[in-house]
Amino acid sequence: MSSESAIRLVSIYPMLLGTYGDGGNLRVLTARARLRGFEVEPIELDAGEPVPADADLYLLGGGEDDAQVAAARALRRDGGLARAVAHDAVVFGVCAGYQLLGKEFPGSDGVLEPGVELLDVTTTRLPKRAVGELLAEPVSSSGVELTQPLTGYENHAGGTTLGAGAHPLARVRAGVGNGIDRLEGAVQGRIVGTYLHGPGLARNPELADLLLSWVVGSALPSLELPAVEALRAERLATVRPEE
Amino acid sequence: MSGLRLRAATGLGRFAGVMSRTLRRGDGFVIGGRVVLAACPDAFGRLCAGRRVAFVSATNGKTTTTKLLAAAMRAAGPVLTNNSGANMPAGLVAALAMPTQRVPDDAPVVLEADETYLPGLLRGTPDALVVLGNLSRDQLDRVGEVAMVARRWRSTFAELPGLAAVANADDPHVAWAAAVISEVTWVSVGNTWTADSVLCPSCGSILRRDGADWSCECGFRRPNPSWVLTDGVVVDPSGARHGLGLRLPGRANQANAVMALAAAHALGVPVETALPAMASVGSVGGRYQTVTLGGRRVRLLLGKNPAGWAEMFGMLAPPPAPVVIAINARAADGKDPSWLWDVPFEKLAGRLVVATGERRHDLAVRLTYAGVDQVTVEDPWTTMPAAVAASDQPLDAVGTYTAFREMLRKGGGARDVE
Repeated sequence: MSSESAIRLVSIYPMLLGTYGDGGNLRVLTARARLRGFEVEPIELDAGEPVPADADLYLLGGGEDDAQVAAARALRRDGGLARAVAHDAVVFGVCAGYQLLGKEFPGSDGVLEPGVELLDVTTTRLPKRAVGELLAEPVSSSGVELTQPLTGYENHAGGTTLGAGAHPLARVRAGVGNGIDRLEGAVQGRIVGTYLHGPGLARNPELADLLLSWVVGSALPSLELPAVEALRAERLATVRPEE
Repeated sequence: MSGLRLRAATGLGRFAGVMSRTLRRGDGFVIGGRVVLAACPDAFGRLCAGRRVAFVSATNGKTTTTKLLAAAMRAAGPVLTNNSGANMPAGLVAALAMPTQRVPDDAPVVLEADETYLPGLLRGTPDALVVLGNLSRDQLDRVGEVAMVARRWRSTFAELPGLAAVANADDPHVAWAAAVISEVTWVSVGNTWTADSVLCPSCGSILRRDGADWSCECGFRRPNPSWVLTDGVVVDPSGARHGLGLRLPGRANQANAVMALAAAHALGVPVETALPAMASVGSVGGRYQTVTLGGRRVRLLLGKNPAGWAEMFGMLAPPPAPVVIAINARAADGKDPSWLWDVPFEKLAGRLVVATGERRHDLAVRLTYAGVDQVTVEDPWTTMPAAVAASDQPLDAVGTYTAFREMLRKGGGARDVE
């Protein structure tokens, strides 16, 4: 199955970081690349399995507190993800998977746990859990040119502060997002972190294609999936900006 | 004085229930319970006083297990139960304060309890029997993560030394929560969905699994079960084997029945009495009931979370039968339908799926990426796609909780069929 030319997509520990349906992001990327004629090799890593450093794109999803701590410790020990990032790999982390890419985050008892330090963000505990629809307007930064509103569902207690190395992904129009300065998500080079479940790439095909375009090195041909457009229209009509 | 207050509160509740029904604002049941609780906050414990109380709780199967246990108990004598499926405090108070039939003051009580409300309810009934099925991801916006629910259960159980339990030994979170109860009957009913118990609930390490067995390096391991379900046959603590012979379909209902059988046994009803009564139950709150919708016969199924769906594929009419799937995301369904991506809908390839419900577009996207043929229809019962309308195959319709209730109501199905 594996070949030199195939796009290698790695889902990192979905058994730990798959509580909130984010496993869908791997299915979406795999399908969207294949529909454009690319060969894809999707890989799901068992917890503790070595992370291959030579894949093209890595996905991390949301998970429970203990699972998030276990995943962060395993990734720090393993070092494969950091080596992949040094080779310009693309990384997409959601919720717990976003937080653990940063410098530190709160574990289940609230004690701060070190992250894998690939993203210049720090997470502390929000006074009130953020649960509900999240709507955000993308912010342009180097390499990120999104034009469509980002839509998803958030369910987390993390307040995430961006350091100088990270840019915001978007500005919150409804919901909480990072919980700091009305910002949502973070971008640093080819690493993207976000609180968007839904899954995020199912609800935001433009973001999915941006990640794939980084992998293949050029823009992708357009892909119209009526069901996806209908879902976006329905969500954007239902969830109104708060201000 | 306080007895008077409870009686007055109950009278008010009945009045509110009648008013609600008269004004057609629902079936009046839960509203009556809310009124009773407002007038008498400790009504639940008072209404249970002097009775043997059994709670059934789990993420999946609690309504069915309650129904089966109540049927088993009724074979031995009168029983009070909440057979409407209203499993939060107001619904339970209503079931006790306004029973549909008169029962003696000492009749046992069998109640389905929402897993988040179970700890609070137990404080009013510290000598209860708890029947604990499974814990899996469901309504994460309201219920929270599985480990949090298990922690709340365990800390409450630890404070109540009078509790007894019948618990599923195959679910690590249930086993961990129930381990603090001194008198536990362990039951093995299998656990098809293991994605929510990857880590040891006790120490956080990765659990070792070997078939149904599981253990952790910290020493926490699966308790030895005294009731074991294998292929539709249950072995009881004496070693005797019993075929279940249920009318209810599917492996999940066999698991529910064995939980109920062990609970009935713990409450003094022998297997020989309990089994025939449970076997005769044909529908639970309308689940598996066949109704007429849009002029055709439709079998209604409840599919509300990934663990439930893991048991669903084996229950559906075989391909190429089409299937209607109705997805809502109201409070009782969980407001985030992302869980659709945890269900292996790829297994529906080769059938046409009619996607309906308020969140039909979320389902349509999931099915599109799964490569499953689908058509999105707001109301399939008035405008059924021609391919389905023409088919003479049996039609199954699976819904989330509120979508299921809506189909049941439209189809004129009974909420409870004895």
